[in-house]
Amino acid sequence: MGDGQKRFYYWAMAPAVVLVMVFFVVPLLQVLWLSVSEPSLGLQNYTALIDNPLLHRVWLNTLRICSLTTLIAVTAGYLVAYAMAQVGEQHRTVMIFCIALTFWLSVLIRAFAWVMILRTEGALNSALLSLGVIDQPLRLVRNEIGVLIGMVHYMLPIAVLPMYSSMQAIPRTYVNAARGLGARVWQTFFWVYLPLSKPGIIAAAVLVFIFSLGFYITPAILGGGRVVMIAEYIRVSFDETLRWGYATMLASTLLVALSLGLALLARTVNVQKVFGA
Amino acid sequence: MTKRYGQQAAIESVTLDVARGKFVTLLGPSGSGKTTILMAVAGFIPPTSGRILLDGRDITEVAPEHRNFGMVFQGYALFPHMTVEENVWFPLRVRGISLAGARKKVNAILDLVQLGELASRLPGELSGGQQQRVALARALVFQPDLMLLDEPLSALDKRLRADLQWEISALHRRLGSTFVSVTHDQEEALSMSDDIVILRQGRVEQSGNPSALYERPATRFVASFLGESNFIRGEVSTVEPDRFHYTVQDRSFLQAGTPAPKDHDGSVLLALRPEKITVDAEPTNLTNAVEGRIADFKYFGSTFYLQVATKLLGRVMVKTPAASTAFNPRIDAPVWLGWAPDASVVVKAS
Repeated sequence: MGDGQKRFYYWAMAPAVVLVMVFFVVPLLQVLWLSVSEPSLGLQNYTALIDNPLLHRVWLNTLRICSLTTLIAVTAGYLVAYAMAQVGEQHRTVMIFCIALTFWLSVLIRAFAWVMILRTEGALNSALLSLGVIDQPLRLVRNEIGVLIGMVHYMLPIAVLPMYSSMQAIPRTYVNAARGLGARVWQTFFWVYLPLSKPGIIAAAVLVFIFSLGFYITPAILGGGRVVMIAEYIRVSFDETLRWGYATMLASTLLVALSLGLALLARTVNVQKVFGA
Repeated sequence: MTKRYGQQAAIESVTLDVARGKFVTLLGPSGSGKTTILMAVAGFIPPTSGRILLDGRDITEVAPEHRNFGMVFQGYALFPHMTVEENVWFPLRVRGISLAGARKKVNAILDLVQLGELASRLPGELSGGQQQRVALARALVFQPDLMLLDEPLSALDKRLRADLQWEISALHRRLGSTFVSVTHDQEEALSMSDDIVILRQGRVEQSGNPSALYERPATRFVASFLGESNFIRGEVSTVEPDRFHYTVQDRSFLQAGTPAPKDHDGSVLLALRPEKITVDAEPTNLTNAVEGRIADFKYFGSTFYLQVATKLLGRVMVKTPAASTAFNPRIDAPVWLGWAPDASVVVKAS
């Protein structure tokens, strides 16, 4: 490539770079700056990480919900990915389409749809009541269960795709070799297939966990204000209690947590592969 | 056994009999059905019709994991997340034997394939030849009723392949188990097998022990697939007991045996191996003689490989030991070729 051509490409990138600088990097630096300068210069906002029990509870809530979401989404997603890796070409196309479909629905619409289904007079409770399975409506929204259902639903496709792509890379001969050497179906699965699909499981788990950390709309709607995760807490601090320094400290902490998660991901697996690049 | 995919037959009415303790090689070009047969024996491909018997017991419906066969896959299929030791332990592990209980057997077989000191390595850290040995050890450690090898040496370079041919033969002799191997490499088949089955387009073309197949090919296909061959088409002139004369453009040649099989036009086709032809720089008085000129030659250290252009027979390939060749080949030099009446053999044209 000639120098002139190279220069052209750099110039072609310039608008995007400027855009990112002005609308992303600068505000981000402002957030970081506010967290150490509001209301006065220093690290006093960050001491809340150590001595504020409310913040501890919010973080524990967040970590517990994210862990449970990860566990459930990865386990359920593994089964879906496994099925996708085993079925024929035609079924696989349909399955991939169904998974992609969920990405096109707004997270807001999905959260409200879940409220309609799960609320006390909702579709699920009415059905169960009329079938006589239960005699009291189950409390499925405005609590942690609701949040978990909504988040798992959102995260499932994100868990399926990296696991599916790692399963696709497992040559069929390993399974045949195991069987040829006398391994039963379950032995083949647990001793050969599952360990070979481990990179996909790790990638899916880290990915789901990272995405879950910053979740806002789903917990806010399905938790009904009772299940406060870190993103919701940041909004409240900005909008309602107007403690900008505190809110930006929370945001900065979340950013650090996400970066750590990504670093962990990069150490364990090939990130470009996970994102399909 | 017959296996069809839709209308396409991968193997058509193939009957094979493998005696206990033998090393049998299925040899054929790609698409000849050799791998299909092996996979059907292993249990991965159900035959469309036919039966597979082990010691008289029908195992056609038995799942691969219940057949108790050892298998070496093409590319070895060593489990990449397990060490060498764990790979070899695997067939014992699935039979409910702990690593501690299996250690003696595992170590013994690893020593047998000279990999004792690499037990704790991962397959990815081994060379191709070492991986091949691990695959052999893994397939042999549980004393299978039958050992199946799918192109066991195809991934290795030439020298290593030769070494491992010795080793596999030695293993087979030493363990006394039954081996069935699949290959497209005729040298591999010739050097390791007790019996070779030559397959062509899903059918058995000819089978027998290596020297019988090499010395007495039944068809043109076998003669050219197993080693190299010149072909001579002649008209049968006089037939005597145990020998006959045939002519090519009025030149008469003598051939041992009977003039069968004949082609529909009454001519015979003879296969003549390049190394069975003698070559001289002066006219000879051999029974079967043809003159020609050296069109091209190659020197391989131990042998000369000559392409001789003859008026009578066209291009003739000749292999002659360099040590016993009395002249130095050069292009366009006149040479006289000769061969004994029993050096060539009558083959079926197709």
